[in-house]
Amino acid sequence: MAMDAREIESLIKQALPDAQVTIQDLAGDGDHYAAQVVSSEFTGKTRVQQHQMVYAALQGRMGGVLHALALNTSPPNA
Amino acid sequence: MFGFFKRKPAGTMQTRTQTDEDLPMTKAAATADHPVFERIKTEIGEQDVVLFMKGTPVFPQCGFSAAVVQILSHMNVKFKGVNVLDDMEIREGIKAYSNWPTVPQLYVKGEFVGGCDIVREMFEEGELQQYLEGKGLQ
Repeated sequence: MAMDAREIESLIKQALPDAQVTIQDLAGDGDHYAAQVVSSEFTGKTRVQQHQMVYAALQGRMGGVLHALALNTSPPNA
Repeated sequence: MFGFFKRKPAGTMQTRTQTDEDLPMTKAAATADHPVFERIKTEIGEQDVVLFMKGTPVFPQCGFSAAVVQILSHMNVKFKGVNVLDDMEIREGIKAYSNWPTVPQLYVKGEFVGGCDIVREMFEEGELQQYLEGKGLQ
């Protein structure tokens, strides 16, 4: 099971349209990614809430088909 | 020694070989009144700092769990590890309890603090120390 980086990016952008998403495929196996997500919708949210918003955007894939996604989230200019 | 915790610039990030092979959340576990929530509350209430993890603090079986153990140990924080690999009900239930899809999960005085990325970020920025001090634990 694996997931394409573009699919991850597009799911995140569907939920957070202004998001700037940078994804790295850490192991080159389509299974271990790191994502940096910057969105104005994170403003005023805790880190836990910001990550939960990204996980919600991934619609249950995190922990399922997507094994490892190291997340770094922030509002713009933080 | 603790270079592992330092954030890497884009392109040089360390490759992790450990995976987070969790099963997708089941419908039963997502039910708010699922009985496993009572067991989870009991576990969380037993000590100020509780880490739900894969493996044990002495023998973590996942790189993400190991990273959080390393941070807590480095800070001399006393904590209880709950090995989710030993208990499928807790393994699934903890994800619904916190609305968080992965393990490890750190709880302090009953409050969900975050997973590996958040704990690491808080540690690097000195926030974890402040947070624990604020809870009277450091």
